[in-house]
Amino acid sequence: MSICRFQFHGQDFTARPSGALYWPAQGALMVADLHLGKSERMARRGGALLPPFESLATLERLDAELAASGAQRLICLGDSFDDDMAREGLGAAEDRLRALCQRHAVIWVAGNHDPAPHGLAGVQVDEMHIAGLYLRHIAGEGPDISGHYHPKFRVLGQRRRAFLLGAQHLILPSFGAYTGGLDHDDPALRALVPEGIAIVTGQRAHAIPFKAALQPQR
Amino acid sequence: MPALDRTVPSDLPAPLSGWFAAQGWAPHPHQLDMLQAAGDALLIASTGGGKTLAGFLPTLAAACAGDMAQGLHTLYVSPLKALTHDIARNLARPVAELGLDLRIEDRTGDTSATRRARQRVDPPHILLTTPESLALMLSYPEAPRIFKGLRRVVIDEIHALAESKRGDQLMLGLSRLRTLAPGLRVAGLSATVENPARLARFMGGAEVIRADPGPAPDIAMLQVSAPPPWSGAGGAYAARDVMRAISEARLALVFINTRAQAELFFQALWAVNDTNLPIALHHGSLAREQRRKVEAAMAAGELRAVVATGSLDLGLDWGDVDLVLQIGAPKNIKRLVQRIGRANHRYDTPSRARIVPANRFEVLECVAALRAVEAGELDGDEDAGQGGRDVLCQHLMLLACAGPFDADAVYAEITQVGPYAGLSRADFDACLDFVATGGYALRAYDRWQRLVQRDGLWHLRDPRAARDIRMNIGTIVAPELLSVRRGPRGGAPLGEIEESFAASLLPGDTFLIGGQTVRYDRLRDMVVEVTPQPTREPKIAVFNGLKMATSTELSARVLALIGDRDAWGALPAHIRDWLALQAEIAALPRPGTMTCESFLRAGRWYFALYSFAGRNANQTLGLLLTHRMETAGLAPLGFVATDYALLIWSLEPVRDPAPLLDARGLRDGLQDWLAENAVMKRTFRAVATVAGLLQRNLPGQRKSGKQATFSSDILYDTLRKFDPDHLLLQITRREAMRGLADFGRIEEMLRNRSAIIHSRAPHVTPFAAPLLLEAGRIPIRASGSERLLEEEAARMMAEAGLTLDGLGATRGT
Repeated sequence: MSICRFQFHGQDFTARPSGALYWPAQGALMVADLHLGKSERMARRGGALLPPFESLATLERLDAELAASGAQRLICLGDSFDDDMAREGLGAAEDRLRALCQRHAVIWVAGNHDPAPHGLAGVQVDEMHIAGLYLRHIAGEGPDISGHYHPKFRVLGQRRRAFLLGAQHLILPSFGAYTGGLDHDDPALRALVPEGIAIVTGQRAHAIPFKAALQPQR
Repeated sequence: MPALDRTVPSDLPAPLSGWFAAQGWAPHPHQLDMLQAAGDALLIASTGGGKTLAGFLPTLAAACAGDMAQGLHTLYVSPLKALTHDIARNLARPVAELGLDLRIEDRTGDTSATRRARQRVDPPHILLTTPESLALMLSYPEAPRIFKGLRRVVIDEIHALAESKRGDQLMLGLSRLRTLAPGLRVAGLSATVENPARLARFMGGAEVIRADPGPAPDIAMLQVSAPPPWSGAGGAYAARDVMRAISEARLALVFINTRAQAELFFQALWAVNDTNLPIALHHGSLAREQRRKVEAAMAAGELRAVVATGSLDLGLDWGDVDLVLQIGAPKNIKRLVQRIGRANHRYDTPSRARIVPANRFEVLECVAALRAVEAGELDGDEDAGQGGRDVLCQHLMLLACAGPFDADAVYAEITQVGPYAGLSRADFDACLDFVATGGYALRAYDRWQRLVQRDGLWHLRDPRAARDIRMNIGTIVAPELLSVRRGPRGGAPLGEIEESFAASLLPGDTFLIGGQTVRYDRLRDMVVEVTPQPTREPKIAVFNGLKMATSTELSARVLALIGDRDAWGALPAHIRDWLALQAEIAALPRPGTMTCESFLRAGRWYFALYSFAGRNANQTLGLLLTHRMETAGLAPLGFVATDYALLIWSLEPVRDPAPLLDARGLRDGLQDWLAENAVMKRTFRAVATVAGLLQRNLPGQRKSGKQATFSSDILYDTLRKFDPDHLLLQITRREAMRGLADFGRIEEMLRNRSAIIHSRAPHVTPFAAPLLLEAGRIPIRASGSERLLEEEAARMMAEAGLTLDGLGATRGT
């Protein structure tokens, strides 16, 4: 079994090895932290000239996931663009993004990197409430589904992007190509999901339980 | 002391010959040759041959003759910071005794910012530095003024530099210096090498001056009271014997291959130091203050022995060292001879060295190595080949930091030095394009180019970028290091450990550093905080694994020794028994065959192949065989290659090695397997860092950057998919192939050695035991690791009694 089915607050979900989350009852594919335009933003700021292909690579994977899951709706949980100006500098990826928005109903949740309106087809919201669950960029009052932290999980000497599934929060890994990550036992994530299940991504999705190690007293 | 037995030639200024006489020394002929050399010179001499003084004699002579203006006259470059410090101290004495008004300063990463700033305004007469610090100086707009009056460059330990990218960087720096100071003369100082002409070419041409090699070194195995263990590299079994040898010598240097081993061995020695002899520990993971203390104590004659790793062995002032002890096999013969060197000022006495093999396999290696030394055979030198293009990219960025440059002039400049003499203009332009625009097939950064051309000259688009570029200088892509301090809040620094090692520690774990056992408390602000815990045995003692290759020549000698029962007479009895046991449980490798064995251990199948074909060949075989094993469904998990053998571990056993070792179709479907391998990805990371695509993780930035860094593997995969001919991928492929043998050679070896001897051993064999502890394991991320992950995940879910439905639905957890 390469995908991983689970329930969160009475709803069925499927965690996909790509890091996308499918919600059958809503016919929706959810992804977090696409960070489109990241390489352009770094170059603009005088940083490294990274290979300028990551927006294209991310959108290709997203297209493939939409096709494979059969989703009609796409919900992007914020930080879809690396900053508001990155929206303008997508270059070759622009056409691909527009076509994707034509084929699917898109809900754009605003993130800390992309708070401004971006003029693409679809609905732009700060957060929304569906079937008793909040969808937002940064986890808040639960139960909610969010992104922002780019969770990762260490297992058998590997460090992989992972979904974190706790009592009140379901946190998605980042879907964008050039995104780093934060370990599940980092204080920021420990505060949200001190124990639960990590669903690690990669070739297959594997569910692994965890309990954040207790920190020694300072 | 040698008497002053020769007429001092007239071109040695009187004050200098007087100084020599006052020491009771005569200048060595090679020292005078260096003084008389008309142009650039390369001195080949063993340690203790007065090499450094030979390099500085022309400078001292110029100073004695009053032929020295204000400003920088001589630049000394060495691969080690510690060496610059030491040279400064050693030069201070003759300069003072000669009454010369010379300012000598060192400049390294350890030099304070204020001092460095002052050096840029008012440089000393003699500046002692490293290749990285020189590159940094050349990147400042003041560089032309600083180096305008430079007359001499002395490059110490040039044989060591020539083997790495640091040498490429230094030669590029030298090409710049030659333009800034046209009359410049260069002196290269090298230990004994097989092919001095090649080293001279590396410098861009030089007159080779050879010192009299002196009497042959006295090298033998140390007589030990107990046989060495089957495996292990620590040598602790011989601590008492080593202690006895130390007590009989005036000052002994004890060399051991890695820092962790040095820590453990020092502890073992300390435990048997019944008479409390003053012995010390010195290695690169220790805090600078601590290293300086040991160096000073050694120079002052207060020590009887120093346990050291490579940080000490590159020609530091050996003072009165009269015995060198090498724990563990010396890996290559050249290194052994270079290491042993000679005690300073005792050039006419043979140096004494004793080898302590750490395990039984190393006894074979030692016997073979000693025979090679007797026969006067050094290992062949690695042909350095063309300089790294990633290093050139970095150089071009640094030049742009110093000021606008003309591409034609820079091309003419860099092709004067050896490593870049053969670089085509097209390759040069590709490097320039990468630095300026990223060099991608998709031209995305026209607005944000890093370099722009105006009036024919290349400028930094944003001069503020110079700071970041300077921070990323250097060609050593080391693992991230974290400093270790005692107690919370700025306790005493104890040294550094690798970040990956720190990540493996849990609070309460104990490990060794600086010769003491400490307990890991916490990681805070990128500092590892520990508490000394003298009573506890260290729980974990592995950090900084360093892998050194034996030469192919030595490997062949070891195989010949194993295969020749008549030669076994030279071996200790316990080694003969051990060989006999290997023959009984599995098989002894014979020349002309592929001898291999399989055994099961802790749930993994191991397949060991004893080719004795050298590390590159075994590494290549590892890639080829794991590919075939993956295709055959054997689920390989990883491999490690040594000079003698290849060890592969997998979830399923190798039942018949014949199809794996069939030369036919060896390359089929191999491209993706190679491209996705960890060897490739590691190489890419290093290349991308040197070329400036990846920023080094700098201490200040890392505290805050939560999602700032992402793995270089992602960049590698993206480039491979969208821009497979990109410059950095070209460089990566080329560099990775250097660590691999040519496929044609492997196919030929497999055809010529078609006799395959495969044993199924009941357990680990005598020969395989040391392989299990080898550093440098290459993981295979394929079906095997995925299967393990799946099993582990299922096990943990079952153990926790969890299922995936209903989380958070009704329960509070």
